[in-house]
Amino acid sequence: MGAVSTTAPARSHADTPDPNENYLKATRGIASWLFTLDHKRIGIMYLVLVLIAFALGGTFALLVRLELFTRGRTLMDADMYNRMFTLHGVVMVFLFIIPSIPAALGNFVLPIQLGAKDVAFPRLNLMSLYIYAFGACFAVYSMVDGAVDTGWTFYTPYSTTTNSAVIPMVLGAFIMGFSSILTGVNFLVTVHKLRAPGQTWTRLSLFTWALYATSIIQVLATPVLAITLLLLTMERFLGLGIFDPKLGGDPVLFQHFFWFYSHPAVYIMIVPGMGVVNEILSTFSRRAIVGYMFVAMSSLALALLGFLVWGHHLFVSGMSEYATMVFSALTFLVAIPSGVKVFNWVATLWKGSIRLESPMLYALSFIFLFTIGGLTGLFLGVLAIDVHLHDTYFVVAHFHYVMVGGTVMGFVGGLHYWWPKITGKLYDEKMAKFAWFFVFIGFNVTFVAQFIMGSRGMPRRYYDYLPEFEIFHKTSTIGSWILGFGFLTMAVMFVMSLKSGKKSTRNPWGSAALEWQTATPPPLANFVKVPTLTRGPYDYHLATEEELSEK
Amino acid sequence: MSAEASSVVDPHAAGHDDHGHDEHEHEHPKFLAHHFDTPVQQFESAKLGMWTFLVQELLFFSGLFVAYGVFRSWYPEAFSGASHELNKVMGAGNTIVLLFSSWTAAMAVRATQLGQKKMTSMFLLVTIACAFIFLGVKYFEYGAKFNEGLLPGKYFGHAYDVSSIFPASLGFHTNLEPSEHLPAHASSYFSLYFMMTGVHALHIIVGIGVLIWIWRRNERGEFSKEFFTPVDIAALYWHLVDLVWIYLFPLLYLID
Repeated sequence: MGAVSTTAPARSHADTPDPNENYLKATRGIASWLFTLDHKRIGIMYLVLVLIAFALGGTFALLVRLELFTRGRTLMDADMYNRMFTLHGVVMVFLFIIPSIPAALGNFVLPIQLGAKDVAFPRLNLMSLYIYAFGACFAVYSMVDGAVDTGWTFYTPYSTTTNSAVIPMVLGAFIMGFSSILTGVNFLVTVHKLRAPGQTWTRLSLFTWALYATSIIQVLATPVLAITLLLLTMERFLGLGIFDPKLGGDPVLFQHFFWFYSHPAVYIMIVPGMGVVNEILSTFSRRAIVGYMFVAMSSLALALLGFLVWGHHLFVSGMSEYATMVFSALTFLVAIPSGVKVFNWVATLWKGSIRLESPMLYALSFIFLFTIGGLTGLFLGVLAIDVHLHDTYFVVAHFHYVMVGGTVMGFVGGLHYWWPKITGKLYDEKMAKFAWFFVFIGFNVTFVAQFIMGSRGMPRRYYDYLPEFEIFHKTSTIGSWILGFGFLTMAVMFVMSLKSGKKSTRNPWGSAALEWQTATPPPLANFVKVPTLTRGPYDYHLATEEELSEK
Repeated sequence: MSAEASSVVDPHAAGHDDHGHDEHEHEHPKFLAHHFDTPVQQFESAKLGMWTFLVQELLFFSGLFVAYGVFRSWYPEAFSGASHELNKVMGAGNTIVLLFSSWTAAMAVRATQLGQKKMTSMFLLVTIACAFIFLGVKYFEYGAKFNEGLLPGKYFGHAYDVSSIFPASLGFHTNLEPSEHLPAHASSYFSLYFMMTGVHALHIIVGIGVLIWIWRRNERGEFSKEFFTPVDIAALYWHLVDLVWIYLFPLLYLID
């Protein structure tokens, strides 16, 4: 050994961190975090930022609900209210939910699940993090500079005429988009090129498959948003007229462009959550996922179909009847891969040895709530019904069942599931279940009320409402408090775990998956010895007693 | 913490190094990053990554191409009339310059692969020079449009006297008359013209930065027959910039 070191720039061995040391302790100091190229630390930094965004977006949501607690003015004037719901949407979509599972949990877990030492481009990975943070600064600047009142969709012509701080917010979303694209490129190449020996495509975890499908969407859809937002900025800045009817443009073109990204983006948000559910279900029912290949391919099918249905956001915006029919039919097709997943998950539970620990509770909540969210989506895909339900609270409840009931449950479930692996600490299981109970109840109380008032014609984004909707708005707001209390409890629980949690064993859940086979927390190079795989992550019948044991 | 301890365990597990060189392994050349096993794996990853990135670039431009298609179908006569306002000679000249630069970029890759450091630098510099020529021509083209008031959207028809920065001796005379002879909605054409060529020019500027960086690394002797990946993928990017122009030129300048 050491033969090459005569030519390589000589660096003392003391500088070189030991690849077998716990990644949290291998190097020290703030600079060792800020300039790290380790995917695990980058994942954690993403996690911190994403959780801050979640807290911020959640606070905006609570304020919106609080304002709607009584008719007329409760807390803020109508202009402020418009800004609040816009900020809730923008922060939750661009700062929280899109990077939540892929960039935070995925960054940590994906290379370990592949048996790789890192992602394909570690420096690019760090750059994505900083691009995200830079974009977030623009968003924060916009909030300080009077914020935005257009809704997170930035529809023209209002977004080009309002005097709120649209440009910094749009540029923030534009910049964060590149972070998402680069993460996608990185993950795609990592899955293709950095699989450990024996890690064949049919042995990939379904979380990896989900991130793979998500990355495809990130790479293909996000640039279209980027150019759209650039056009919007130039429209405000130079009076381009592309989206302005006065200058021969068309606002509906903006909607087409916007949803060409933003509908696939819905799958950027939900597919990783589905991936997490597979991992949890398999571990806590100690069984292989039924129909592995169907579930894997359904992720790719969602990625593909996601590109073909953007028009269903424009059924009442002025589109040809024939186009609406095609978009409606394609929308129904989305139900097929979604259904494949749900049925396979339920079949996985059948005769499994189920343990109802906190990650499993979130995974089961995902299945239950996502099914409701998905099926109500079919209502909205029906042309005649959509005319009635468009822009009502029914739509709001529908996508919150998918985004919160689905993605957030998946994210939080994954956070519970991988928490011991990431931090090396256990958390208080009783308190976790207690928090779950309030999250689950609170969520349903909040949004079932919205389904009902939406179906009765309560429009979304309104500052005020008629007396007959009062009971639903009051219920919904009370639900938001229960939900908020649940998340607060969870936050306290995680902080307590960090401060005084018991040390986790290598494999606290007794999982057969690869990431649980390495030390907890993992060594800097992820594995002491590059693993050679002889089975898939869910092959409990092939796993040895030693692999499934805690130590 | 010692490297000795780690390299005993397993050659693959050893040698985490943030800077991509590896001091304590025989089979790891200096350029091979710690998380790759072989130079081939590293090269293929970089290639795949760049191609994926180029797909992203295409989708980025696609929004503008779709907008062009939509507006052209709405206002065919405006697009036909306005396209004659562009200087075809300059557009064609720039096309030749860019095509030539794509060839020199490809030759730079070949020279690196053959280990000809001086040739690589020469071809890279010619490519960079072509990029500057392209931008120079664009500068005068834009200047002419400013003078004639052929501007995007709401500024259309408002001529700006820029003769102080665009010398008349070069053949660009200030024409402060708004171009009233153009059909309605010619402003939309110029919105798209400036967006499309502007975003493309931005890519040229980024390309110049990348090529200068690659040239400096080549001067420092970082590349060899065994390791030419950065030159290769930088050239790939440059070809894309060229390719986009190959579509912009006929769409904006030529077709009636």
